[in-house]
Amino acid sequence: MRLLRLWPESAHFDFMRFRRWSFPLSAFLSLATIALFLSVGLNFGIDFKGGTLMELQAKSGTADVAKVRQTAEGFGFGEVEVQEFGTAGGLSLRFPIQSGGEAAQSAVVQKARDTFSPEYEFQRVETVGPRVSGELVQSGTIGIILAVIAVLFYLWFRFERELAVGAIIGTLHDIVLTIGFFVITRHEFNMTSIAAILTIVGYSLNETVVVFDRTRELLRRYKTMPTRELLNLSINTTMSRTVMTATTTALSLIALVTFGGRAIEGFAQVMLTGVVICTYSAIFISSPMLIYLGLRSSESAKAAEGEVAPAE
Amino acid sequence: MLRFSTSKVVATMAIIVIGLLLAVPSALSPDQRKALHASLPSWVPSWVVPSRAIVLGLDLQGGSHVLLEVDTQDLLRTQTTQLRDDVRRVLRETRVTPQGGIQMTQRGVQIRVTDAADREKLLPKLRELSQPMGSAILGQSGTRDLIVTDAPDGLINLTYTDAGMNEKVRRAVDQAIEVLRRRVDALGTTEPNIQRQGADRILVQVPGLQDPQRLKDILGKTAKLEFRLLGQQGAADADMLPSRDAGGQRVPVERRVIVEGGDLVDAQPAFDSRTNEPIVNFRFNIRGAQRFAQATTENVGRALAIVLDNEVISAPVIQTPITGGQGQISGRYTVQSATDLAVLLRAGALPAKLTVVEERTVGPGLGQDSIQAGKMATYVAGVLVVIFMFATYGVFGFIANIALLVHVGLIFGLMSILEATLTLPGIAGIVLTIGTAVDSNVLIYERIREEVHGGRSLVSAIQAGFDRAFATIIDSNSTMAIAALILFFLGSGPVRGFAVVFILGILTTVITAVTLTRMMIALWYQWARPKTLPF
Repeated sequence: MRLLRLWPESAHFDFMRFRRWSFPLSAFLSLATIALFLSVGLNFGIDFKGGTLMELQAKSGTADVAKVRQTAEGFGFGEVEVQEFGTAGGLSLRFPIQSGGEAAQSAVVQKARDTFSPEYEFQRVETVGPRVSGELVQSGTIGIILAVIAVLFYLWFRFERELAVGAIIGTLHDIVLTIGFFVITRHEFNMTSIAAILTIVGYSLNETVVVFDRTRELLRRYKTMPTRELLNLSINTTMSRTVMTATTTALSLIALVTFGGRAIEGFAQVMLTGVVICTYSAIFISSPMLIYLGLRSSESAKAAEGEVAPAE
Repeated sequence: MLRFSTSKVVATMAIIVIGLLLAVPSALSPDQRKALHASLPSWVPSWVVPSRAIVLGLDLQGGSHVLLEVDTQDLLRTQTTQLRDDVRRVLRETRVTPQGGIQMTQRGVQIRVTDAADREKLLPKLRELSQPMGSAILGQSGTRDLIVTDAPDGLINLTYTDAGMNEKVRRAVDQAIEVLRRRVDALGTTEPNIQRQGADRILVQVPGLQDPQRLKDILGKTAKLEFRLLGQQGAADADMLPSRDAGGQRVPVERRVIVEGGDLVDAQPAFDSRTNEPIVNFRFNIRGAQRFAQATTENVGRALAIVLDNEVISAPVIQTPITGGQGQISGRYTVQSATDLAVLLRAGALPAKLTVVEERTVGPGLGQDSIQAGKMATYVAGVLVVIFMFATYGVFGFIANIALLVHVGLIFGLMSILEATLTLPGIAGIVLTIGTAVDSNVLIYERIREEVHGGRSLVSAIQAGFDRAFATIIDSNSTMAIAALILFFLGSGPVRGFAVVFILGILTTVITAVTLTRMMIALWYQWARPKTLPF
């Protein structure tokens, strides 16, 4: 039986050459993201912005968007976003946060229920008050920062300093570009998005660590090989695994995008993009970065001091 | 490579078998679970077949999640009002008249007593109002909930301390949880979950409720019931309260409370025998009955004000003394609102106002759709990955696929035993895990292939592949675990469900992708005796 091979067995591909394109490209994309993030901003969901989200399903099977919008605008709760959503007859309504503290939010739900419940079924109602949304923003931000710090410590403990720095640069790059994806696609940014970003942090490191584990091993085996060649060899030898894992992960995410239903579709799309970004950055950003971080120098310094390398 | 100690094989198999058995109930419907238990022969003890199925989150099951916050300002107001009454009582007992009466301050009350002899008499009595707090073990016995200070000019200040207020908030939350539990239980829903969250919040989760508005109505009402007398217009000791009878107009009500809701022993919805209007019948305890009898005897001909949450809901004129300790409340109720009021009165009043700060409700239909979609995505992802692994690694891929199935089964088993909640993001986590779980297998297999190309014999290559890939597997899974743990501690509800699946997935990979795979490959090798690597 002839088996599938996605990557040639013994490839000697010069990945390092691509840094001339990948570095400027990533720098541009990162800066563009930061600029867009500051100017356009994220499309924050009610988790972070506060307000009320409702998903209605027309009992008759067809929803009258214009009429619902007109009626909802007439409530006097500010600007209402009304969109068709999911299957036929599905509508989503988003009301902005109401001034007047926590208690004021309930009035929105009450009014909408009274008005629309004869013709529509309320499938989902979410109300987040100003205080809770503030706290969620805080915990989301803290979480991502904590994750980066925790991972930094782990890498510092487990790897040589240059490798740890390279991995962190790669991870930050992936976080920034993922946020860029959110800004450009206008995907709603909510608590689930934080989960997606933290998962991408995990996946990004996973990719980098697999390559760097090999780099570390080769460093000890080939004491005199130039860094550039050594990094190429690390990537070439781990490439078939990288392609395999990226493919299986992408396959399951594609299943999730296609069949997972509207509620996790967004999460899966972000993750799918994240997998592409992570795979790219492990090969074209984190690894070539090591050329500039002076990988060999600290390793030989350690050897000169007679320090014992950690056991395999 | 080919030899495993018997104890290791037994231990691994035991973990897997138990783990998978625990997952069985989750794969069955409730009826099938019952049928399974009924069909067991009598000599099989029932614990052999686990019965606990995985808990579905509110987003899958449908239901309401309501986060309430104790209104600390309201609590402080209640507390200072009570303090004012206490001080008034002390003043009466000691026959001291302060200049300018009792002033309410931000966090307490203030009186001015210029006469030194009066102050001497008064201060010890006022200090008795202050309660010691905290446990002596912690060495905090010196802290008190109320500080009494007196200035030389005769100004006496009674102020609640921060510690005192925190303690009162804590106690209010405890009391409120009890009251809410009684109220929600009366709704007759299955397995409501009510718990403290942080210092001043209460999380109420009620699965499968069709009408969350009713839940919020029941949760949010303070339900403070008082029986007072209607006062004279312009009287000094009367509050102006809105009256339901008078269409919201304010009427004077005497400050003195005859009987409170706390003295009720029962309240039931009923119909008025004459008008056929829904009403609530109530019964007092002995103390309440006595006080009610006395007050109604003394005030025949005057109007009694039934005050609920500072609104006069009805003001019947006392025709004859009511000595039986029973009565009725009528106030233009519907059948449902009369039932709800009876529930609220039976459950007792909340110690302070509660505000809804977050609400998330999912209809049962949507939850069912999500489960269907999640199942579909899981099956499709599983089939795609299984085919892909088999196409790439042949026999080894087949072995990895068995490990993958066991892996997913173990996640369900562990979630059942840990009573972890499966949420929609959790399902997404499982699907994602299907893709990432084979990573460990891929790492090992690719390493074996390299070792074979490096010139090792097959057995030694397999051995080296497992050993060398292991360090990488640990590294890559640890970094994933760090991210997942942070998510777990940070997230709430559905997102936390995702983190749980992710963490369990990382734990079980080590068993399935490393140990189980290795055993299966050893068995295959002994049976097939191959000379070359099959992929």
